[in-house]
Amino acid sequence: MTLDFASNADYLWVLLPEIVLSVWAMVVLLAGVRRPDDPPVNPEVLGWLSLVGIALAAGVNGWLYGVTSTNPAAMITVDGFRLFSNWIFLLGAALTILIAPAYVARQRLQAGEFYTLILLATVGMMFMGGTRNLILLFLALETMSIAAYVLTAYNRRDRRSAEGGLKYFLLGSFSSGFLLYGIALVWGATGSVHLPEIGATVEAGAGFTGLLLAGMALLAIGFAFKVAAVPFHMWTPDVYEGAPSPATAFMAAAVKAASFVAFVRVFMEAFPALYESWYPIMWWLAAFTMVIANVVALSQSNVKRMLAYSSVAHGGYLLVALAAANQMAMAGLLFYLLVYTVMTVGAFGVLMVVAHHGEDRLQVEDYAGFGAMRPLLAVLFTIFLLSLAGFPGTAGFMAKIYLLQGAVDSQLWTLSILLVLTTVVSYYYYLRVAWFMWMRPAPEGQVAASFWAPLPLKVALVAGAGIILYLGIFPGGLLDEAMASAEGLGLARDVFLGLRP
Amino acid sequence: MLVEALVLSAILFVIGTLGVLVRRNAIIMFLCIELQLNAVNLSFVAFSRYLGIEGQIYVFFVMTVAAAEAAVGLAIIISIFRHYESVNVENFNLLKW
Repeated sequence: MTLDFASNADYLWVLLPEIVLSVWAMVVLLAGVRRPDDPPVNPEVLGWLSLVGIALAAGVNGWLYGVTSTNPAAMITVDGFRLFSNWIFLLGAALTILIAPAYVARQRLQAGEFYTLILLATVGMMFMGGTRNLILLFLALETMSIAAYVLTAYNRRDRRSAEGGLKYFLLGSFSSGFLLYGIALVWGATGSVHLPEIGATVEAGAGFTGLLLAGMALLAIGFAFKVAAVPFHMWTPDVYEGAPSPATAFMAAAVKAASFVAFVRVFMEAFPALYESWYPIMWWLAAFTMVIANVVALSQSNVKRMLAYSSVAHGGYLLVALAAANQMAMAGLLFYLLVYTVMTVGAFGVLMVVAHHGEDRLQVEDYAGFGAMRPLLAVLFTIFLLSLAGFPGTAGFMAKIYLLQGAVDSQLWTLSILLVLTTVVSYYYYLRVAWFMWMRPAPEGQVAASFWAPLPLKVALVAGAGIILYLGIFPGGLLDEAMASAEGLGLARDVFLGLRP
Repeated sequence: MLVEALVLSAILFVIGTLGVLVRRNAIIMFLCIELQLNAVNLSFVAFSRYLGIEGQIYVFFVMTVAAAEAAVGLAIIISIFRHYESVNVENFNLLKW
């Protein structure tokens, strides 16, 4: 099917996955409604219902591969980058919904609204990945962020949830202000909010350079907040620790992936000609983020907080791809985001089992004896931890190799070395949890029955571990797909190095 | 005219930024964020004189988003007030800020 956007009805086709998911979110919301004196609806049922919507959206997303857009001026693209990132968001949402029911039931949260918010945030993410228009990007980002603020503060009975929600809300909207100011200045400098048009204006040297550079810097600050790059990461540990665990998994995985996808699209499509100006920013952000986040993570005794710092550290690895800005690095970034989504949600899934589907047992000592009592869950957790650390044989290792290859292709030697060294450092804090799990005896009175894992959670963990092991051994197919999806993005470094005119 | 409007907008934005960084009352911080957004709106309107009417339409989008943010933000502030009887962020210390 070929669309030229001569009539606005074409947007209905090109936005079909988003439309399906939005409508389904309303269905889930209505299905969760009960009168106050009725018993609450079973969260598991609503979870499976939400998964049906995600499956439908995924099906439509697959159908979009047969659609081509011939109008480069359209606000929404149907390029591989969008469709690949849609898979990441949908997978992240699906895994989150699978691990959530036991937590939602035990904490007596309103299940219908919880899943609806996850689905609507996913719609926002899909718009972020698909749009080429800065204003639409802002609206999409806010759709996602506002849903994420609510998810963070969702557990009204828990002080930490409210506190995390407030911090996330204040710093999140603060950073949106920077992003919006950047959009306004870029528009003022180039007269367009359409990314390829901005790119063409910048390349021709037209436009007001001072305004343009200021706008670009503000956009970089806004995105650096959203992807939690050091020194703009202060909110991350508090928010991730305070939020309900399924919401944390969702934010650490999908929300971060969406921010990265939008970051990449804006800088690769609008500002490739200014690569010389922005690549030092990415360089320093990546270096600071990798070093500081990994060092701070070493001293964390709370596993949830440790995973928060680990998520910041992974953002640092991904920023290396932005600094490298070639097709290999972009493909590596997509591959990494997919793998990272799976392993992060998986790790949080086991964390919830240990934490009693609440926020009780989060210290690393609480993992003592877990391996002896629940060997299968402990094996799965070990796979996720090894993959997060980037151990050979897991998908996390292959993902890091591809990022490294992108960095080496771009001759970023220092960043490549930092990436390897900080990865080695990170082994300590990941393996420490595994060590407690397998090597320490359980405390007196701890029984296996207190680690209860319901069926959907088991499905998510087994599927996640399967994906990680499969991609660790056969990464080629997905990498080819990612390479094809990154086609045309990230030629900036090649031009800079003189490899391409 | 354009330069004056942009300078004013930049000053307002800086005041908003400093307000968020300096003040510790959650409601004042939130007001400062709104000030930032409105400073940006001023830029949009100023540019729209030269670049076309879209700028004023963008302002409507921004206002809509600001309203949605206000709804969620005030709800979160009320929810935290119920726990702490305070809206001063220095009192919220369960999580290391």
